[in-house]
Amino acid sequence: MTRLPANFLLGAVLVSLMVGLAALSLVWTPHDPTALDIRNKFADPSMTNWLGTDKLGRDVVSQLMLGARNSMTVALVAVLMGGSIGVVLGLLAAGIGGWVEDLVMRLADLSFAFPALLFAIMLAAVFGPSLSNAVFAIAFINIPIFARVTRASANQIWTRDYVMAARAAGMGTFAISRDHILPNIAAAIIVQATIEFAVAILAEAALSYLGLGAQPPAASWGRMLSEAQTLMYLAPELAIYPGLCIVAAVLGFGLLGDGLRDITDPRLVRER
Amino acid sequence: MTLLRAEGLTRHYPLPRTRVLGPRPRLTAIEDASFTISAGETLGVVGESGSGKSTLARLVMAFEKPDAGSVAFDGKDLHSLSRPDLRRLRPEFQMIFQDPYGSLDPRRRVGWSLGEPLRAMGTDEGRKIADSLVQVGLHAEDATKFPHEFSGGQRQRIAIARAIITRPQLLVADEAVSALDVSVRAQILNLLMDLQEELGLAMLFISHDMAVVAALCDTLMVLKSGNVLEQGNAAAILNAPQHEYTQSLLTAAGTP
Repeated sequence: MTRLPANFLLGAVLVSLMVGLAALSLVWTPHDPTALDIRNKFADPSMTNWLGTDKLGRDVVSQLMLGARNSMTVALVAVLMGGSIGVVLGLLAAGIGGWVEDLVMRLADLSFAFPALLFAIMLAAVFGPSLSNAVFAIAFINIPIFARVTRASANQIWTRDYVMAARAAGMGTFAISRDHILPNIAAAIIVQATIEFAVAILAEAALSYLGLGAQPPAASWGRMLSEAQTLMYLAPELAIYPGLCIVAAVLGFGLLGDGLRDITDPRLVRER
Repeated sequence: MTLLRAEGLTRHYPLPRTRVLGPRPRLTAIEDASFTISAGETLGVVGESGSGKSTLARLVMAFEKPDAGSVAFDGKDLHSLSRPDLRRLRPEFQMIFQDPYGSLDPRRRVGWSLGEPLRAMGTDEGRKIADSLVQVGLHAEDATKFPHEFSGGQRQRIAIARAIITRPQLLVADEAVSALDVSVRAQILNLLMDLQEELGLAMLFISHDMAVVAALCDTLMVLKSGNVLEQGNAAAILNAPQHEYTQSLLTAAGTP
């Protein structure tokens, strides 16, 4: 491999930027992101407040950094939770086959027919709106996506001769899934996870925008957006900053996922 | 002594529907095949592609169940054994595959792949991996390499090493030399013959190439579209084929 694809590089840069901001916010932000300074509200960008302040005089840069951390955490937890359940279900479906496979796939179809946002609103109605409920909702929509991808890739591997050889050796379904199937479909799953990471960031922003995710005063890009919306004509830049952050993060992970797919898919390599 | 006895083996595969109502059309992969293999003996199965040879191998290996008929290995009906019993019996019959590039997990070291049958049996690997690599003409150090570091012929040797590591009584070879160059093919055939003598292996040797079968087999079975055309002593069939189809296979192979 001599040259990495452009989408991979651009994605990697954007992702590193976002992850870097989120990581930095753990130890340092320019200001306390929740500190109010009403006299200094709607301040223009300056040396002290690089992107100015919001309607309560809070520092925008600090809030954006915390928003990045929030987005990354939610996406990571949700994709890990939903992904691992989905991968296990997909492996089961492909490994056992028969009615188990049919059941898992029909359940996946069923949950695809159920809008994720509606599910989140339902969770919020029952348990009250909170960030963890948003995480559960996003994790839930990831389960069928990963189950499908895993089953499709695993079924391909199950027909390989080396899997036949493992069966001839006396290996059971579980051992073959663990030793042969999972390592050989890992690339496809990682690619999917990267793309779903982008979707999860967008979903978290949407839920927080609707007030079903991060609750005040916790910082979140979606919540910043909804607060700025009422002041669109007074201070449009307050909506633009978190919007740009969401675009950059979603685009970054999307491009990274596409780039990873280009790198790991041998068919595409030959075409390049 | 009869090691393997197959009786009336039949396998159909359902085809896609052509009509909304009525039965699904089906493909007869193999129809009413019966044969026996004695310990240390080689049965050759020949036929063009699509004649049901590989289905036969999968049925004998108990990868799938026949629609009718039975396979008895050492007196035990493979398809009515419980899963754990079948797994315990598997070290006794092993398989070599056609494609040496597909039969080894690309993400596993050779030593790992060779040890798999031993781990499945729950036996200690000890020196067995190194020993069987030497036995097939490779080096003990090759165990730490990955499959992509080997040529096709070397990979087939590794696949053979894996198949004999449990000291099986029966080896099923499905087109085991078809994907290899002519020169490598002769080496692998010689290796198989040497191993057969050394270990007293019985073989079910599947091929479309009469010349290869002639070199190796004691008895012969000729398949066409899932039907057994003729079977019996290999020399007899090769010298005096009863069927036009067998004759055409012989002509294609360039042997008299």
